[in-house]
Amino acid sequence: MRLRLSREVIKDDLVRRVEDLSGQNIAMCYQCGRCSAGCPVVDEMDILPSEVIRLLQLGQIEEVLDSKTIWICASCLQCASRCPRGVEFSSICDALRAIVLRRRIATPSVDAGDVSRVMVTDAPQMGVVGALRKLNG
Amino acid sequence: MKIPYYPGCTLHERALDFDKASRECANVLGVELEELPIWTCCGAVFPLTTDSVMEILAAVRNLAYAARMGDKVVTLCSFCYNVLKRTNKVMREDEERREKVNLFLRADTETRDKTESFLKKDYVGQVDVLHYIEMLRDVVGFDEMAKRVKTRLEGLRVAPYYGCMLLRPHGEMKFDEHPEQPTIFEEFLTALGCDVVDFPMKTECCGGFQIVRDEETAIACSQTVVSSAVKRDADLIITTCPLCLYNLDRKQKEMEKRVNGFRKIPVIYFTQLLGIALGIDDEHLDFSDNYVDPRPALAEKNLV
Amino acid sequence: MEHRIGVFVCHCGSNIAGVVDVKRVAKQLADYPGVAYSTDYLYMCSDPGQNMVKDAIKEHNLTGVVVSACSPTLHEATFRRAGAAADLNQYRVEMANIREHCSWVHRGDKEKATEKAIKIIKTMIEKVKQNEALEPISVPMTHRALVVGGGIAGIQAALDIANAGHDVVLVEKTPSVGGHMAQLSETFPTLDCSQCILTPKMVEVSQHPRIKLLTYCEIDDVSGYVGNFKVRIKKKAAYVNRDICNGCGLCVEKCPRTVASEFEEGLATRKAIYTPFAQAVPNKPVLDRDNCIYFESGKCGICQKICPVDAVDYEQTDEFLEEEVGAIVVATGFDLYPIVNIGEYGGGSIEDVVTSLQFERLLSASGPTGGEVRRPSDGEIPKEVVFLTCVGSRDPENHVSYCSKVCCMYLTKHAMLYKHNVHDGQAYVFYMDVRTGGKGYEEFYQRATEEDDVLYVRGKVSKVFEEDGKVMVWGVDTLTGRKVEIAADLVVLGLAMVPNSTAVELSKKLKIQVSEWGFYSEAHPKLRPVESLAPGFYLAGAAQGPKDIPDAVAQASASASKVCALFSEKEYHREPIVAWIDEDECSGCKVCISVCPYDAIEFDSQKGISRIQEAICEGCGACIAACPSATIQQRNLTDSQLYKMVSAALED
Ligand code: SF4
Ligand code: SF4
Ligand code: SF4
Ligand code: SF4
Repeated sequence: MRLRLSREVIKDDLVRRVEDLSGQNIAMCYQCGRCSAGCPVVDEMDILPSEVIRLLQLGQIEEVLDSKTIWICASCLQCASRCPRGVEFSSICDALRAIVLRRRIATPSVDAGDVSRVMVTDAPQMGVVGALRKLNG
Repeated sequence: MKIPYYPGCTLHERALDFDKASRECANVLGVELEELPIWTCCGAVFPLTTDSVMEILAAVRNLAYAARMGDKVVTLCSFCYNVLKRTNKVMREDEERREKVNLFLRADTETRDKTESFLKKDYVGQVDVLHYIEMLRDVVGFDEMAKRVKTRLEGLRVAPYYGCMLLRPHGEMKFDEHPEQPTIFEEFLTALGCDVVDFPMKTECCGGFQIVRDEETAIACSQTVVSSAVKRDADLIITTCPLCLYNLDRKQKEMEKRVNGFRKIPVIYFTQLLGIALGIDDEHLDFSDNYVDPRPALAEKNLV
Repeated sequence: MEHRIGVFVCHCGSNIAGVVDVKRVAKQLADYPGVAYSTDYLYMCSDPGQNMVKDAIKEHNLTGVVVSACSPTLHEATFRRAGAAADLNQYRVEMANIREHCSWVHRGDKEKATEKAIKIIKTMIEKVKQNEALEPISVPMTHRALVVGGGIAGIQAALDIANAGHDVVLVEKTPSVGGHMAQLSETFPTLDCSQCILTPKMVEVSQHPRIKLLTYCEIDDVSGYVGNFKVRIKKKAAYVNRDICNGCGLCVEKCPRTVASEFEEGLATRKAIYTPFAQAVPNKPVLDRDNCIYFESGKCGICQKICPVDAVDYEQTDEFLEEEVGAIVVATGFDLYPIVNIGEYGGGSIEDVVTSLQFERLLSASGPTGGEVRRPSDGEIPKEVVFLTCVGSRDPENHVSYCSKVCCMYLTKHAMLYKHNVHDGQAYVFYMDVRTGGKGYEEFYQRATEEDDVLYVRGKVSKVFEEDGKVMVWGVDTLTGRKVEIAADLVVLGLAMVPNSTAVELSKKLKIQVSEWGFYSEAHPKLRPVESLAPGFYLAGAAQGPKDIPDAVAQASASASKVCALFSEKEYHREPIVAWIDEDECSGCKVCISVCPYDAIEFDSQKGISRIQEAICEGCGACIAACPSATIQQRNLTDSQLYKMVSAALED
């Protein structure tokens, strides 16, 4: 798996868009991995939060947009709260989902129609609304 | 004393038990929670993208309604508190978004209520968003609260669960001085006479809204929290959030199936516990929705 | 007087020439009124550059020189010496700073930068035109040094100065010298025992005929100036007359009150009357009033009853001593970043999560476990031990931004010594980078991985908590992309070094600068690393920034040599750029006296005027601005000069 790096690859426009949308400076991450170490749902992720940021630093946004990780994040903000550099991965995650959802380049991870009847009648409204807003857009 | 109160949709529907107990406790403590005459869902989650305008509009409307009634608004659900407080900061500090949002609010004035100006002025963050527990500490006072306690909850081992939304992001929420080792619920519990159970997972995530997408993932989170409190010999867990309660309490049914030798523990709202201490009557203490009935644990300590 | 000014424009490699058109600058200024010679050169400060200046002075009979280059803090002295060598009064040599003030900040705009450079130089030409030929002011000097802090840096500085033949006063605030080094077990990368190399020096410092050792003392106040400081020292009440105490230790033995020992980092206890550790120097107890039963309730008094020489004295009070010194070395050392601030690692509430200094005590043969590694909670020998680097450091968001420099190495040492101690144990080190910049350091680190099987895991730990008698560690291995969980028996935190808690307060008394995090600032980060900007103050050890023992000792010796260089002259020579009062104009209103921060102005009551003492004036200019008769002027920075300089800057 060779990665060919060049200015064009690293300075990807879509990565800059992620920075704008999330309000985060991706270059600030020094890859300590702490966001990944404290994430409560990391076991289900295919790419660690810190790896997502690394891939963005390397301009590999497509790989990131295809990942499961961005849909698994529970927006608990633990990553952001402990990051030594003040990088909010949670916001980067929101931005990545927004890009996918706004362009409809993938089907939403939670579909309004799919949320089962049980869920709608059983779970608190806020849970359903929250999931739809974060994961359906 | 009257304080404007924003219940939020979950407390209006699925978590009536929370709403009921909280209002009654406030009454006993001399505070009338005055529900906003009109309000809508706040949106449940705060959008983390910097260009969100529509996504915060609902929350701003609620704040603007509150501004017509006073300079504070009290809320109970952790998610509502997080959304309202963070939205309020946007309205105070982000000039561009403030302007855009107010354009919508001004339109409200014209279309909804032509006779009386609906909003007297733009919303610029006039209201302070308070959590009910902050109201207990800062408006009522924990000392004062302790004086009204009828039954001190001596010997009851209670684990306070904070979760995410009250605390994070710390810089904005400023809910507790120590985001990693918060103490406000410990102070609250001490005032009620309980034994406070400190447990390492008190600020970890319960799985949140992921319960809707992928139960497995969320239950793994909530089980970590529940087991941690059980290991510290807690009699029960308190929470401020209907979604946390759902994940921590109702999903124990699933945990029992998945984990050998799983030990259940009741999870109740903090105002229900307060209600017991204040001696409010049973009609305001409804545990019928709880999967793990807290009454046996309470009965053991002669509290019901 | 006819002005014949020389202008020397430096390229500073491409630092200046890359932005400023230096040729054009030199050419244009050749025509400026009063300029007799103007040229440019690649490196003015180099030998050929300096010779150019010297030759031009002689050849063109120059009356003043403007070197247009970098900041005066860097090279003013260089060019003044060059001027003097060519018989031009050194105060007629000035720097025009066209680097920091011009080329470095205007990279984008060559044209405007060039114009600005010309203006800056013109102002300095105008200044030089009116510069008087001055001579340095000579003041008498006390050839005696004060060293503040009795850790390894202070000890080394004191010994070096004393061995060079000067008297030294060494002040230490705790009851014994030795500092943190006395707490350490063995030291990297050679693993020699800390106590074995330190204690002889502690003894030497206490017995040296030229060193006056004052332990349990603090600096109360410092006045005066380089060469002539007056220091007020508070001798804290020890409630033991340490002059007659024979160090028998009976009082310590019989004292019924025990409290946590600072020296043992809370892992063991000491008495209310105590010597901090067995090898303490001086080996005489002090009584800790806050924890003493007698001072609490008037009961007990055992120590006084038992003392065979009647040294215990409950009536003792703080005393104040005055010392006169010519130079001050500040070596106040470090503290560890407070563990309570690290809530995600338990904030100090988990017994088996220890600080690096606590672990040193657990490794030390003289420590509470006699050198066997046993964990605090139950005294068991830990089999899984996790070491965390960068705890508090490199975390600008929540703690301190800087790299604490020594933690990588001491944690490597910890892991290695642990393995030497517990052969079947496993040591893990969570790291972000392993920084081994030092002689033999990289090899030491490699040895830890190869020979002692220390497992380095790359990632920063997010949370540490207690569960089922274990300390759970939630980390990550970023190299494989896995979250890592370890159920450890003991966790050691490599907490950042921060300045001693008293450092900032002391800096105010000494009137020296501290940097953002409270470390003392050096005069220049590269070229004057051991001096403070305030003359007469020198820095040694971790008080200036995180340092290991070799660096602290090297810096201490460097400050000592600076002190000796200062003392090598009989008198101290000061800059004559001071304020002076025109006696005829002074109305005697004394306003200047009230504003001078250095108490440099005295009142001549016979003549009814104020007079500035040149030996004390720092040239700050406060009095000049305050004088209602506008009769105070600064030498070589007079109103008339300033007026001309401003005019030159404003004209097109
Ligand atoms: S915690 Fe912050 S700095 Fe560390 S890897 Fe995650 S985003 Fe990067
Ligand atoms: S916000 Fe998302 S990525 Fe960050 S810790 Fe929580 S679940 Fe993990
Ligand atoms: S008087 Fe104080 S120091 Fe002396 S023996 Fe008693 S407790 Fe100890
Ligand atoms: S210039 Fe400053 S130091 Fe000198 S006498 Fe005036 S006020 Fe004092």
